[in-house]
Amino acid sequence: MKAFAELLDRLVLTPQRNAKIRLLADYFREAGDPSRGYALAAIAGTLSLNTVKPQLIRDLLLERMDDVLFRYSYDYVGDLAETVSLVWEPPQERVAADIPLGEVVERLQMAGRSEVRSLVRDTLDQLDTSGRFAFLKLVTGGLRIGVSARLAKQALAEMGGKDVSEIETLWHGLTPPYLPLFLWLNGEADMPVLKTPAVFHAVMLATPVGEGDLAGLDPADFAAEWKWDGIRVQLANIGGVRRLYSRSGDEISGAFPEILEAADFTGVIDGELLVGGTARSNQATGTFADLQQRLNRKTVNRKMLEDYPAFIRGYDILFSGERDIRSEPFQTRREVLSAVIEAASPQHFDLSPLVPFSTWEELDRLRSNPPDPVIEGVMLKRLDSPYVAGRAKGPWFKWKREPFNIDAVLMYAQRGHGKRSSYYSDFTFGVWTESDGQTVLVPVGKAYFGFTDAELEILDRFVRDNTVERFGPVRAVRAEPDAGFVVEVAFEGLNRSTRHKSGVAMRFPRIARLRADKLPRDADRLETLQAMIEEKALR
Amino acid sequence: MRPDNLLYPAPRGLYCEKGDFYIDPVQPVERALITHGHADHARAGHAHVLATRETLDIMRIRYGDGFCGASQIASLGETITVNGVTVRFHPAGHVLGSAQIAVEADGTRIVVSGDYKRRPDRTCRAFEPVRCDVFITEATFGLPVFHHPDDGAEIARLLMSLRQFPERAHMVGAYALGKAQRVIALLRQQGYDDPIHIHGALAKLCEYYQSEGIDLGEIRPATLAGESRQDLAGAIVIGPPSAFADRWARRFAEPLAVFASGWMLIRQRAKQRGVELPLVISDHCDWAELTGTIREIAPAEVWVTHGREEALVRWCELQGIPARPLHLVGYDDEGE
Repeated sequence: MKAFAELLDRLVLTPQRNAKIRLLADYFREAGDPSRGYALAAIAGTLSLNTVKPQLIRDLLLERMDDVLFRYSYDYVGDLAETVSLVWEPPQERVAADIPLGEVVERLQMAGRSEVRSLVRDTLDQLDTSGRFAFLKLVTGGLRIGVSARLAKQALAEMGGKDVSEIETLWHGLTPPYLPLFLWLNGEADMPVLKTPAVFHAVMLATPVGEGDLAGLDPADFAAEWKWDGIRVQLANIGGVRRLYSRSGDEISGAFPEILEAADFTGVIDGELLVGGTARSNQATGTFADLQQRLNRKTVNRKMLEDYPAFIRGYDILFSGERDIRSEPFQTRREVLSAVIEAASPQHFDLSPLVPFSTWEELDRLRSNPPDPVIEGVMLKRLDSPYVAGRAKGPWFKWKREPFNIDAVLMYAQRGHGKRSSYYSDFTFGVWTESDGQTVLVPVGKAYFGFTDAELEILDRFVRDNTVERFGPVRAVRAEPDAGFVVEVAFEGLNRSTRHKSGVAMRFPRIARLRADKLPRDADRLETLQAMIEEKALR
Repeated sequence: MRPDNLLYPAPRGLYCEKGDFYIDPVQPVERALITHGHADHARAGHAHVLATRETLDIMRIRYGDGFCGASQIASLGETITVNGVTVRFHPAGHVLGSAQIAVEADGTRIVVSGDYKRRPDRTCRAFEPVRCDVFITEATFGLPVFHHPDDGAEIARLLMSLRQFPERAHMVGAYALGKAQRVIALLRQQGYDDPIHIHGALAKLCEYYQSEGIDLGEIRPATLAGESRQDLAGAIVIGPPSAFADRWARRFAEPLAVFASGWMLIRQRAKQRGVELPLVISDHCDWAELTGTIREIAPAEVWVTHGREEALVRWCELQGIPARPLHLVGYDDEGE
């Protein structure tokens, strides 16, 4: 448990992705089985344990501790698991012999309802402070450490010198504590062969169209499709098992039962998950904000299903029936997909239409002025491209609509993390509006990338030299009509928001340019943003 | 004599009326007795200062020669009479030169702990329990949550991180007086003998510790001209905690933020400060040591000052020991 507890403590405080991968990979290398497998499951969210209510933990503690002293302690620390881990005193001095995580998990899994209480007490007595914290977070189901399943898989790839797509392919066919997986990663066994093939297959990704990328390419070799603003998914129905996965391989079946139910064909398709209605049912496609109502839920109620019906707009097909057709050319796969969708439920599936074009200039015009507000650009796919996992340059391109741009005024800044911890690198910016007859700035977004290192130096210097107030880690900077800093902010979309004071929320805002040539009074007004939303709704 | 006639809190600090002196006053006074050299206890500008030789030296290093009107050395264990009141200094184990002060008159003895710790520390003399009627204890970490782990194990975590991230400069935040030197001594104790780089603010005090016979190994300034970023990859750089959030820290190779402090036990504290590797190393007592010390000394009464007074007072009540908070103001509860 010590090694796992130390890993969690380090991960929580480590902001850099690569450093997290190294910490995880080192742990996976050194920890034994089955502990590392359970650790992986705990981090990736695949560990099922009988959870314990916080009240039980509190009761156990108060068997031994004065409640006033406990209250002082809890008020100070603010987190129950952390407080208990710190104040817990084993009954006598015992040499803290470490219990491996694997043993802790297996004891919990085997314990009957009536045994849980004493099991938790005994385990707390046998662990050290960090161990108790990790254990309490595990049993109360509150393990939040800022590591995605994807990152954990990347660490596994690093540990075993494998490609992450191989791990993705296996992932959903394996269960904790993942013994065959670690045997393979250690080079002690062959790649595991799965009994149920209904697993996630790493998706094919496109590269952005860069300057001059299209110059040497023949438009006749490519098909174009709209790039829809939903989430990319993979739907599998193989061997009687139906699953819906996000692009990164997280299973999201629970949130979209209607799609699983409607998937009565055998195979694996790739598409965009959207809400609203399919083109086949003649209804409008919902926005990303509508889709968000359905995301990140474990279950879904009837009203959600009615208000935000979900469907899949098919892009591609990987398996037709049980047959793997990924090596067939795009054109062939598209014909197969078209037939599958034609036969499937019209409320839940439609086919992503092709966009006819003959020159790049023509496509560029279409891309800049798409026929539906839920389109964020076009996709280009070579007609002869096989379906290859990963982001290879050449077969598929994405050509996004130009971003929106506004000029905004820097209002607040906060220090970054890791490499940037000595820089003010997280910025809140605002635009002008009228409030009680006065022209004031209202914050409209936050950005922490888009600038170069040299521009960051300039921004940082401005913040340090123009701080007017501090609120904990946040600094308010000078922002008056004739004194302040103007930045050009680029963003992908704009939605109405009731959570923000300004009433608007930006998607993917970033600082595109520093506008040292402009005064804050020249920055944009809130009405400009509001007009953008209305314009979009009309389009 | 009733203890609260012998010593009581006044606006400028803890005051002994009979002896007409203050202990660790927060404003300039005529006569001050100083427990140790940390800035919130040892201030400049008193007319007369009585303290250990090391504390006086440290005040001189920090404030210059004119830090007080006149100074007098208190040798540990020596009995000194101040206006008819007997005072004696005893080691407190907090930092080099730190002392408890026993104040006695008419058969009543009060011991003012100053700041103290019970863990072994090669950079200062160990705390010595002194029998008394009233023990005035600090309570910086006076909550049952505080259990400082073994300092050797914390240093081992730093050395482990150096092996795991050899391309990154490990920037260790540590207060300039005491903590920095203790961290260096602990590193040396575990066999780390590479040069250790220090921020300029630490130079004089490290030099002073070395002149007092405390071996810190090879110390180099972290700001040497000509030393490129890559030279300090995988090196340990020690500086005051505030320096690492500053532009100064940028010259180093992929800095990894480390902070050596008792507060680092609380995860949120570490997170708020952007610390990646918190080391729980404290120059104060943890909860078990505070309560253990009170049990050991067994005073008739306990007064509690700076820190989390209410929890320690509550504990004393539960043990049947009369206790009360002193509510002294002007001390930095957080500076550790």
